[in-house]
Amino acid sequence: MMRLQLVKRPQHSAFFSAVSPLIALALTMIAGAIMFSVLGKNPLDALYYYFIDPLRETWSLHELAIKAAPLILIAVGLSVCFLSNNWNIGAEGQFIAGAIAGGILPVVFPDFQNVLVLPLMLIMGMIGGAAYASVPAFLKARFNTNEILTSLMLVYVAQLFLDWLVRGPWRDPGGMNFPETRDFHAFAILPELMPSAGRANWGIVFALLAAVILWFVLRKTLKGFEIRVLGQSPRAGRFAGFSASHMVMVSFLISGALAGLAGISEVSGAIGQLQPAISPGYGFTAIIVAFLGRLNPLGIVAAGFVLALSYLGGEAAQISIGLSDKAARAFQGMLLFFVLGCDTLIHYRIRLVGLSVAKTGETGAETNA
Amino acid sequence: MEAERNAGGERLLDVQGLTKIFGALKACDGIDLSIGKGEIHALLGENGAGKSTFVKMLFGALEPAEGRIFWKGEPVDIANPGAARHLGIGMVFQHFSLFEALTAAENIMLSLDEKIPIMKVAERARELSKTYGLPLDPFAHVGDLSVGERQRIEIIRCLLQKPDLIILDEPTSVLTPQEADRLFETLETLRDEGKSILYISHRLEEVKRLCDRATVLRHGKVVAHCDPRQETAASLARMMVGDEVAAVRRLEAPGGIGEALLEARSLSRPAANPFAVPLREVDLTVRAGEVLGIAGVAGNGQGELFEALSGEIQQADAASVRIRGRDAGRMGISGRRLLGAAFVPEERLGHGAVPQMRLSENLFLSRFKTDARSLLGPLWTVRAGALTKAAKRIVEMMDVRKSGEDPEAAALSGGNLQKFIIGRELDRQPSVMIVNQPTWGVDAGAAARIRQALIDLARSGSAVLVISQDLDELFEMSDAIAVMHDGRLSAPVPISEATFEKIGLLMGGAMPERHASEALEKA
Amino acid sequence: MLESVLITIATAATPLLIAAIGELVVERSGVLNLGVEGMMVMGAVTGFGVAVTTGSPWLGVLAAILVGAAFSLLFGFLTLSLVTNQVATGLALTLLGLGVSGMIGEAFIGMPGVKLGTISIPVLSEIPYVGRFLFAQDPLFYISIVLVAGVSYFLFFTRAGLTLRSVGDNHDSAHALGIRVIAIRYAAVAFGGACAGLAGAYLSLVYTPQWIENMTAGRGWIALALVVFASWRPWRVLAGAYLFGAVSIGQLHAQVIGVSIPSQFLTALPYLATVVVLVLISRNRRLTMVNTPACLGRPFVPAR
Repeated sequence: MMRLQLVKRPQHSAFFSAVSPLIALALTMIAGAIMFSVLGKNPLDALYYYFIDPLRETWSLHELAIKAAPLILIAVGLSVCFLSNNWNIGAEGQFIAGAIAGGILPVVFPDFQNVLVLPLMLIMGMIGGAAYASVPAFLKARFNTNEILTSLMLVYVAQLFLDWLVRGPWRDPGGMNFPETRDFHAFAILPELMPSAGRANWGIVFALLAAVILWFVLRKTLKGFEIRVLGQSPRAGRFAGFSASHMVMVSFLISGALAGLAGISEVSGAIGQLQPAISPGYGFTAIIVAFLGRLNPLGIVAAGFVLALSYLGGEAAQISIGLSDKAARAFQGMLLFFVLGCDTLIHYRIRLVGLSVAKTGETGAETNA
Repeated sequence: MEAERNAGGERLLDVQGLTKIFGALKACDGIDLSIGKGEIHALLGENGAGKSTFVKMLFGALEPAEGRIFWKGEPVDIANPGAARHLGIGMVFQHFSLFEALTAAENIMLSLDEKIPIMKVAERARELSKTYGLPLDPFAHVGDLSVGERQRIEIIRCLLQKPDLIILDEPTSVLTPQEADRLFETLETLRDEGKSILYISHRLEEVKRLCDRATVLRHGKVVAHCDPRQETAASLARMMVGDEVAAVRRLEAPGGIGEALLEARSLSRPAANPFAVPLREVDLTVRAGEVLGIAGVAGNGQGELFEALSGEIQQADAASVRIRGRDAGRMGISGRRLLGAAFVPEERLGHGAVPQMRLSENLFLSRFKTDARSLLGPLWTVRAGALTKAAKRIVEMMDVRKSGEDPEAAALSGGNLQKFIIGRELDRQPSVMIVNQPTWGVDAGAAARIRQALIDLARSGSAVLVISQDLDELFEMSDAIAVMHDGRLSAPVPISEATFEKIGLLMGGAMPERHASEALEKA
Repeated sequence: MLESVLITIATAATPLLIAAIGELVVERSGVLNLGVEGMMVMGAVTGFGVAVTTGSPWLGVLAAILVGAAFSLLFGFLTLSLVTNQVATGLALTLLGLGVSGMIGEAFIGMPGVKLGTISIPVLSEIPYVGRFLFAQDPLFYISIVLVAGVSYFLFFTRAGLTLRSVGDNHDSAHALGIRVIAIRYAAVAFGGACAGLAGAYLSLVYTPQWIENMTAGRGWIALALVVFASWRPWRVLAGAYLFGAVSIGQLHAQVIGVSIPSQFLTALPYLATVVVLVLISRNRRLTMVNTPACLGRPFVPAR
């Protein structure tokens, strides 16, 4: 019998901070290969279609950017929350709120058509997302209500509200009763970056910009220091003169605004109208992105592309070898598990200790599991 | 070492070469010790000498790296606390191992190996509490009890296991002198019944009074076995701390006592939560050049007072706290720092410092507002270079021992981190300094250095307020001592009139001056 | 009429109750497992799959319990042995459960299910007004009530329950007394997983005997909220679960009666009710502070 023993490192290991996400990725691939063989597929084929095939063609790289943009946008916002120990897991709802708020102009006022429309939509999307995030934030700051549960509950509410809108008041009058709004007009469409090469739009630019700005704020400024102090040690934060309830609001508003921006970018870019389902779970997958990127905005950019790849790979593997696209979700879940497990190496050395054989310096049989 | 046999007694416990290593530190280094039947044996040593580590190994809570333990002549291997209890070793912890959400009886039941119903446990606890004069309500929730009452639960819990050896870790550190006297009587009764006691302390007078033999530890090693009654307090102290510690010098302030720099006027605060103590009409004044000490048993509102004075919690009444003549009650902690005040809280890791942050970042923690001009660049960026330089300056000034250029706070020993945290504030030359438990868990050398630095600060014209549970420390440093009890603060007693008895009575809740003045007001 | 309403409330309340009572034990031991939704959905898919392939709903129930427990031990290994962040790991468990169940369940979509029958106790079920509600229900209904009573007795009247509460209150003290903190928490986590699995099986074998992807629809999260609402007291969980059952059934009845509110708004009611209830309960700081297990969510690494 063997038992794990954790030995606290005197300081966190810089080496494992850097490589733990890579170890986690490798372990996920191994576990994925096992899963694929159990499903009766050749694991090497499957991994090829998941991780290599989507990278082979330009149009496909554009698709990758389309998928990565919302993931990165949401995840950098979440990193501010998670670093400050505020658990916003309702980004999916804030994404939808942003899409709805931004969609007001092209859907309700289709005749208002000029160059101002798109910037206004983006701003309204951010405000919508931030406003929706402010609900759990306010409840936590004011009443100490658990933000995990409230932010999550509001996801279901947002989904149902969107469903009602597109089937009810916002349904396209000329749309044969399909549950969708009218198509956004040309002024309300997020332009593509290189229309000749692929579909990638300005969303990815917003994402990279947000990542760089937040990296600077978190790493170099007093605000970033405040966020980290309050996250690691709220008592010390109060000693420094920082306000935890202020930080609840700030972090939720930032992440809500970014999730809202992702939402309006998605519907005005990739989709072009509002539908009952506008997100394949970006708000939840972004949680995985945030942790895989070790809550560092630049790491999150890389992690965002990895998870975007798993979406595309899921589609590719379904078409080519008939692997269920549901496998991608399982894959993503496994990845987060391995990421969290490997992060233990940053703060602890892990030793295997025999239960029956006493090692040097350890007297007798160890019975405490 | 000469043969250790107490007069005619048989040996109960014999420890040979017990060693424990934490990382690079040898917390216990080949410790030998033997205890006879019916003996009170003192384990003496300064904070950090390895006493707690040693007894945790005896109780099976830590695993020794080397060494052997003989119990009644037989070699034993104490794998866990259950095994220790089974042998007949009981332990009263320094930081109590009680469960606040449970009742006294439930707490006791958890440490009994036999399965007996709760009513029976309560009944037996009551009997014992009568026998040994330790009043106790078995059905009270521990969270509602005072520290003294909690210690009684610990002791009764220990006695119910009918141990042959009782280990007490710094039992008087939370008691008033009068409560300590009662504890000593209980311990003497137990000895007369033939039980052995291992008494851990760094207080020389009580060891001389109570203990039959003593083993002295320094830096994890045994430096002497002796009979404390044959020694003087001074000789014991020398064994304990060596010659490395200079006595603290308390000179008169050159400029004399000056104007009031820190004042509290009818400072009140409701209890923030069910386990907290309200502050009741606290008045205090600390003048330039003066050290005011605040004594009191833990949990009588000292933490709450610190929060109210520091501005971590703000007051509704601006005039209830005045710093350098300015109303500061409604200012936050940063505003009060800008007025020239500095604060050192009780907890080092997680309150005074962020454990996983580097020293330079922890310097920034309390200084970013007061030193914004030198530490902040354009766009509120942090000037890392200036920070490391300042951190280095403090490390040198306070002689902080560390490994690495700029280590994380958690990597420092308690004493060194405390020196850094105190140095961080002294570096600003604050005109008001408020310190809660300046040397809690700090080794002798660092403690002396910290006390001297605080006295020197006062003598240079600042007002220093020291909150402490260590009476020796307060008598050593203060010009006057006031006592907190149940959220009230007594009038200060000038050091020339202060005695242990007088302060002890106040700690127990007697407030003669206060009552007198209230009676006058009412009349 | 009243009785049939009560019975439908019970069918909505039972899965919440079973999952919440399991999580209550987990949290009493000081562990916060946010993966209830994931364990529940795994229980639902396994319960359905095994019941359909073997034809025996009881085998399905058993499999769901085992899978729920096994799945929770994944969480246990990470949070207890590797001391990972409990909040993040619980989320990971939920995401993994939703992903894996979707993959496994693809084969079962659209298949007719097997329903766990009701058990009527003769005579007693004839009692007017409440007889059918109390004594002619599906077996898991009875189990849920027994679970509440059992957990309540275990926590407050047994030595093992006292030990479990002590671990949740102060793991350092417990460790100092020689109580095996980690082992107890593993056991609690596994029990919580088993309950969540059982609750999932209820959904796919009793509530709607079929497999639909993500069919738990947030019930795992509502169960978590119930534990807070009940301030960690078993019988209050029962009350809370029936309150929520009433809210979610109320919307069904409202639609039948023809109240002209869009169905989406009515479906959103339980979620909004959860938010409201959480706010109401957290406003009472004294209540939450006194009852919250002091070590909830805090990592424990024994010093040796």
